[in-house]
Amino acid sequence: MEQSQSSKTSKRPLQFRDTNQTDMSAWRKKGRTDPENSVLDHQPPNDQKDDNEQDSLEEAFRYFEEVQDRVSLKNSILQKHLTAVESVALQRGLPPEGFNVLLDVALSGKFGDAVNTRILRSLIPASVVPEDSVVSSVSWLCVSKCSGNVQLLFLKWLITVFDFIDHKEQLNALYGFFFSFLQEEKMCPFVCHLLYLLTRKENVKPFRVRRLLDLQAKMGTQPYLQALLSLYKLFCPELVTITLPRKMKAYFRDPEGPWKAAINTVRQRNQENTQVARPLFLGTAQPQSQKRKWNTQISIPASSRNKINFEEDREKKCIDLHSTNESFPVEQLQTFSQLLQNIHRLEFPSQMGSVLTNPLLLHYMNCFKDESVNLRLYYWMEQTLQQECTWCVVDNSQYEEEFKNFLETVYETECFLQEGFSSCEEFLYKSLPLWDGFCCRSQILRFVSWIPLRSSSEIKSHLYNPLAQLFFTSSLYFKCSVLESLKELLQNWLNCQVTRLDSESDSEVHSSNTTLSGLVNTIAELIHFVGWISTVALRLESNHTFLLHFILDFYETVCDMYLRYDLPLLIMPPPRVFYAVLLGMDSVNLNQLCYIMHRYRTNLVTAKENELSKKKILQFKFSNQTYQEYNKYLTAMVGCLWTSNVFQKDIHPQGIAMDDELLKKTEVPDFKNSFNIVCHPALMSYAFFYLQQAFPDNTTVDFSLIKGKEWNRYLEYLYLQGLDGLKVFIESSVKRISQASHSKSGNV
Amino acid sequence: MKIFPLVSNLNLPIAICKDTGRPSWGLPFGRARRRSALSPSSRLPPAPRRTQVKAGAAEVAEDTQRTAFLLRKQWTLYSVTPLYRFSEAHLRDYSRLLSAFVAAEKKKGLAVEIGGELDIKVSVTSLPDLKGSDRDQAAILVQLSSRSSASPKNSEEKVIWSGWFCCVAGDELSENLPEAFTCLPLFLVNGAESNTAIVGTWFQKTFDCCFRRLSLSPFNLSWMAAMWTGCKVDKPASATELVFSVPRLPHPLHISYAINLEDAQALWATIQKTPGEITQEEVDVFMDCLYSHFYRHFKIHLSATKLVKVSTAVASAHCDGIIKFRQSQYLTGVLMLLTELAICQIQ
Repeated sequence: MEQSQSSKTSKRPLQFRDTNQTDMSAWRKKGRTDPENSVLDHQPPNDQKDDNEQDSLEEAFRYFEEVQDRVSLKNSILQKHLTAVESVALQRGLPPEGFNVLLDVALSGKFGDAVNTRILRSLIPASVVPEDSVVSSVSWLCVSKCSGNVQLLFLKWLITVFDFIDHKEQLNALYGFFFSFLQEEKMCPFVCHLLYLLTRKENVKPFRVRRLLDLQAKMGTQPYLQALLSLYKLFCPELVTITLPRKMKAYFRDPEGPWKAAINTVRQRNQENTQVARPLFLGTAQPQSQKRKWNTQISIPASSRNKINFEEDREKKCIDLHSTNESFPVEQLQTFSQLLQNIHRLEFPSQMGSVLTNPLLLHYMNCFKDESVNLRLYYWMEQTLQQECTWCVVDNSQYEEEFKNFLETVYETECFLQEGFSSCEEFLYKSLPLWDGFCCRSQILRFVSWIPLRSSSEIKSHLYNPLAQLFFTSSLYFKCSVLESLKELLQNWLNCQVTRLDSESDSEVHSSNTTLSGLVNTIAELIHFVGWISTVALRLESNHTFLLHFILDFYETVCDMYLRYDLPLLIMPPPRVFYAVLLGMDSVNLNQLCYIMHRYRTNLVTAKENELSKKKILQFKFSNQTYQEYNKYLTAMVGCLWTSNVFQKDIHPQGIAMDDELLKKTEVPDFKNSFNIVCHPALMSYAFFYLQQAFPDNTTVDFSLIKGKEWNRYLEYLYLQGLDGLKVFIESSVKRISQASHSKSGNV
Repeated sequence: MKIFPLVSNLNLPIAICKDTGRPSWGLPFGRARRRSALSPSSRLPPAPRRTQVKAGAAEVAEDTQRTAFLLRKQWTLYSVTPLYRFSEAHLRDYSRLLSAFVAAEKKKGLAVEIGGELDIKVSVTSLPDLKGSDRDQAAILVQLSSRSSASPKNSEEKVIWSGWFCCVAGDELSENLPEAFTCLPLFLVNGAESNTAIVGTWFQKTFDCCFRRLSLSPFNLSWMAAMWTGCKVDKPASATELVFSVPRLPHPLHISYAINLEDAQALWATIQKTPGEITQEEVDVFMDCLYSHFYRHFKIHLSATKLVKVSTAVASAHCDGIIKFRQSQYLTGVLMLLTELAICQIQ
């Protein structure tokens, strides 16, 4: 196949004046490989048939080029050539070279209308329509050699294939000619459509505006005139203004005509990705609900430019030769590459709120740090949030869905920018005391996670107090959601802190010690707050497993702050949390606690090493209290899981150390062994299944069988069950202890 | 115990009326975080400018004439966030653009040439007299006037809507703003809401600002009652009237409490410690005295109701955010207070 193709191409050099060889060959190649070609005629092989078609097409072009006199439609030669053109056009489209010839013939009036119509109908581009051919056909149009119907058909064709025209510079130079066609009443809608596609800012002139307004006065509110006028308004708001009615949907009728379907078929066959129909955009035509007062509706404005060039400004521009760069209209910004190309001459939209729905502008905003930009967004967002808040403003409750969507959009923007808005923070502070904890719950709690990190005392009274009130009085699921969003808040703060440290080391600013300690205090305050509400919540919800899971999730971030975020802060979980998990029935939580304790250990050991080696001059040192607390927990944990002496060695003041006398009174036989990896309530089921596997013959369950080598095998079994946290904990904390025998906690 | 000379000629009509519509209770945000709205203990009441009056009576007369049209009209209050890229040099251009915009909005779907002859004329002008200090931006007046269709040429233009932006002693907001912003936080409107919507929308689109109704809380209204009672008025003035609404009743109940001006002033004189300065405590005492007097006669605790309207010789204010100025000499003083409330709402 490949071979035959190349031989064909070399055998017959192209006869046409050709500027687009690649396209031409693409067209030929596609046409040839197309299996559907054989539908018409089964006998000759594809190649041959294509050659025939190719020949007859070229012949037809030559014929049309040379024909002088008017020929009747009944003429058989003409018929033959017309059919040749039509069949090729419908199957794979016409090559760019064909358009000049065919358009010339169709519009010069050499033939009758029937022939012209057939030619025009067959003008289906395979790749592109050369601009030259269009320009010359416009000149034919101006001398009006052809009938009105043909002119109309040509305009419809031009609108349909507009995006296939390879260049549009010269075509745009003919703007005035097209504009003059507006006076023809029949053509007016199509001319308007064409002008709409063609108009650039420099085409908008006061005399044209006046002409259009005259037309409007004559013909009334025609959608095509409205569309063109609103485009004019977009380019020159100082010349014309228009308010589009709300219910407007289509501004231009579909030019109908036979081409669209054929073009699509051809394109699918040729698998090109040219866009045929592009959606019409009108920045002003955003549908708005009219149900509410003018200034109280959540409508994120459409991004549009509204910069007005007054006379004085223009004069100024003439003097300042450097500012010849025209700014890039924000409405035209559609792709990321456009953003990159025009980033130096882009302007923010007239209403900053519109950036929320425009990721490209958000990118731009991100690299264009400007105070006024942020202020504009701040004011708009703050006012909108407060005005639309469904629980702070009476009568707003019916718009909850709308408000929810708005909050959602704002939240997504925060995630996109990886940065919280201070307007949202203030909104939270103002509205939380009045919140019922139900309305827009997930949105509000997500907002909490993006409160910006700064050292301030406000957060306690404005966030923690109202949040705690809601927390204690709400359901278990609400508690879990609050913990979840506070975990995300902590993570966002830590990320923010890391990037802050990075940028600081870049600019070598070391004088901000005080602010760093302020930020560390803010973070510590959050962790203490979570510790406090967790403690209370566990009591209220009687150690609910689900709740514990969310609490531990939070501490999974806390235990790694030193190593992962370079933050000189480690805070142990409160004993209420620690013992609830350690003595609980749930193996998943126990496993997570093991993992957390392991990470605490790693962090603390690294901190100690850094402290001892004094590689870094440490601004902050972990207090001995942290180490001591860790050691107490570790002792309790090892006693509970490994050494079976939990009641004796637990030295934590809130631990479960008990006198032997007291323990004897409980009359539990062998109380010493009631807490270890075998008999721990959370792990007993594992031990049970392990025994069934290891000693299938035993009918009675005897946990005391697990000892010595069996103990190690059991441990492997536990690890295989996915208790990875237990594994890392025992490997890091216990093995060493058993090797170094009695100095358990001394090594941290 | 002090005996207040109130009882002598007390004028206490109780008006009970059905509420026409539920007042749209404003946001309870009142007190912004950064500044405690009205709690600072010192507030200067609008003092009459004695020296100015002496200096040139003609000037004052002219001055009052220029702002006279603001008096005795009901103004609806809005707060406005700072205008972005607003320039006083372009007021005429703004007039043209806004005229065309109003016309386009009125005839939806028809395009309008900018600068052409239109039925409704818009003027955007500056009111340089309305500011507290040189740092304040001059007030901006927007007026919509219609030409009567009967005699199109030379006919009188009738003002159908007016609104003005102003800032009196708004340093707190304006001094921290970048240059591109213009601080005119208070917007007052008289005219049809549909026109307010059009003009407001245009400003929002053009200067990226936000309008929000400025409602007055009972707390602020009681401040106004006390402050304005203390003001001296030249002409014989009407009584001070406070209107309360009783909450949680099947039928809305309004109580109107009118106090003779001299009585109210005498009461206030016994309360105010330092002339020219008012404290929160003094305002509370003033209101408590009025409440206890009322209770003595009618056995109704007004403190359990909501203050919805204050009407004095200086101005009257409704909790929905509607104000009426009565004395031109106190115009800037009242505006100063309203500017502060507006700033409070946008910060």
